[in-house]
Amino acid sequence: MDRQRVRTGTDETQAATPAALLETMMLIRAYELKLPEIGIKMVCTSVGQEASAAGVVHALAAEDLILTNHRSAGHLIARGADPGRMLAEVMGKSTGYCKGKSGTLHISVKDLGIVLTSTIVGGELSLAPGVALSQQQLERPGIVACFFGDGAATEGVFHESLNLAAKWNLPILYICENNQWQAYVHRRETMLTDHISTWAAKYGIESLTVDGNDVTAVHAAARVAADKVRTARKPFFLETYTFRMHGHMEADDLSYVDREELAAWAAKDPIQRQTERIVREGLLSAEDVAQMETRVRSTIESAVAFAGSSPYPELSELTTEIYA
Amino acid sequence: MPNVSVQEAISQALTEEMRRDPRVLIFGEGVATKRYDMVKEFGAQRVRNTPLAEGIIAGTAAGAAATGLRPVVDLLFSPFLCFAMEEIVNSAGKLRYISGGQFSFPMVAMALTGAGWGVGAQHNQNNEAWFVHSPGLKVVMPSTPADFKGLLKAAIRDENPVLFFTDIALAFESGEIPAGGEIVPLGKAAVRREGTDVTLISYAKTVHSCMKAAERLAEREISAQVIDLRTLKPLDEETILNAARKTGRIIVVHEASRMCGVGAEVASIVAEKAFASLKAPVKRLTGPDAPAPASFPLEQAFVPQPDAIVEAAVQLVEYGQTVAVRNLPDVAVAK
Repeated sequence: MDRQRVRTGTDETQAATPAALLETMMLIRAYELKLPEIGIKMVCTSVGQEASAAGVVHALAAEDLILTNHRSAGHLIARGADPGRMLAEVMGKSTGYCKGKSGTLHISVKDLGIVLTSTIVGGELSLAPGVALSQQQLERPGIVACFFGDGAATEGVFHESLNLAAKWNLPILYICENNQWQAYVHRRETMLTDHISTWAAKYGIESLTVDGNDVTAVHAAARVAADKVRTARKPFFLETYTFRMHGHMEADDLSYVDREELAAWAAKDPIQRQTERIVREGLLSAEDVAQMETRVRSTIESAVAFAGSSPYPELSELTTEIYA
Repeated sequence: MPNVSVQEAISQALTEEMRRDPRVLIFGEGVATKRYDMVKEFGAQRVRNTPLAEGIIAGTAAGAAATGLRPVVDLLFSPFLCFAMEEIVNSAGKLRYISGGQFSFPMVAMALTGAGWGVGAQHNQNNEAWFVHSPGLKVVMPSTPADFKGLLKAAIRDENPVLFFTDIALAFESGEIPAGGEIVPLGKAAVRREGTDVTLISYAKTVHSCMKAAERLAEREISAQVIDLRTLKPLDEETILNAARKTGRIIVVHEASRMCGVGAEVASIVAEKAFASLKAPVKRLTGPDAPAPASFPLEQAFVPQPDAIVEAAVQLVEYGQTVAVRNLPDVAVAK
């Protein structure tokens, strides 16, 4: 897959093509499914949520900044991160984006505008206003996209973040990936409402909920949302309503998940939906899709080879980069 | 040299640094209300009031610091730092390392602490050691107006997150400060008084107690050296060890509680690296492991006082000259 093409496909004036959205989702899925296959199970995947990552990130401009969380592979890949360097980071190798000091949980890639990834649920929400304040104060054009889940919305700092962003007119696109699961607890056990977007209105922030398993819908909504933040220079709240198809982490057997609910969401698989749409509309042939799958597989195999053959950090790295 | 209060010294440092560097800004609860002259000079964008929510204040500072600004935040009283621990410890302190050095966090978080105003335990806790124990942070706690100014300027120019504690009892004290914009480097202790028999190591308000104790000791022909640590992290190990090798008798004095406090670290450094120089055990005089009381006499009893320091110093000097050493009091009580 041509990484550079994905990156430039995020031009704010131009929508990503349906095929680019599909290929991004395929690559995210292939990357995340590869992890347990090669024995990496202490990792939080976004299987089933790929449309949210692909649709939103492709709606951002190159100068925009992204804050994400422990379930970040989709956001990273959609932004054009190299799966090889991501996997190397997950494996604790020196060629990883954070030199192996992050591991899977908090991968940042400053060069791609993916900043300050925090695994503390709500951490991204606490940092986003400051990043947006820099954009505002230093008169930079980019907006700030902050990805979090329904679990983070129950943290106190969620409310502090929205309130401050609204009051200070900070250019933040909040993206709540409402995937129904907060670690091992279903969302319905933790709140009275189905949607987080309704909360945003109370802080004076315009909001929208979109089918998070429909990449076309997510992308269209995210383009509108990002444009609003960019032009109005104030926050917008986008909720992508979706479902976490795997466990809190890969080592989790999902024994606590309602089978019927899982099956209902499996029927709404975003990759399958987009593939069917593209073929139905004649944008790609079945053969084109098969070629895409082959390309993605090859990218992931290269990534595994790169990460596997990469060295671990020198032990002297233990106490470097603590202070600037 | 002009005589200025600690409050004025802090204001001067902030103003001078904001004039020098347009990336410096200050925000917090009541900052713009209390520093209206700074709002007038620098504008409402750089001097901001915030909601009364320490978590988002500190988080906003960390996010801004990592992306090009140099924020100073006022979090008022040190126990309120509990609401900001996530952002200071997990974000500002760790995200540089975690990211493989991709980000830095040039920010200062200010808080008041210590006995003196009778504000009680939820507005007063000497929790500076918590931050000393957390990676990626620096911790400053000055004792003189000149140091408040010079260390705050250094903290603002530092590329790392700095906790800047103001001892409540010193907030309105006055003293001479150099007329220029002298920087006091982080990580350098100050020898406040030279002496040869015993070294009193302290920081913040108890430095002044040590100075009084040293005067009284001089009357008894005991020569006490007084060291003001000023910066608790990085700790000035060299000055501590030089003192241990010079006098061989060390008393560490601070208001924070004893266990795992800064005094424990000083004592360990001396034991590990200057053991052969010691003529007596290292002694700590600290506040008790108790919440800070509001009642004036209890609050004063909480703080190590000069008389107790004198008594401890005399006993260390007599150590080995008497048959047995009495157990020294753990907690200094006002007399």
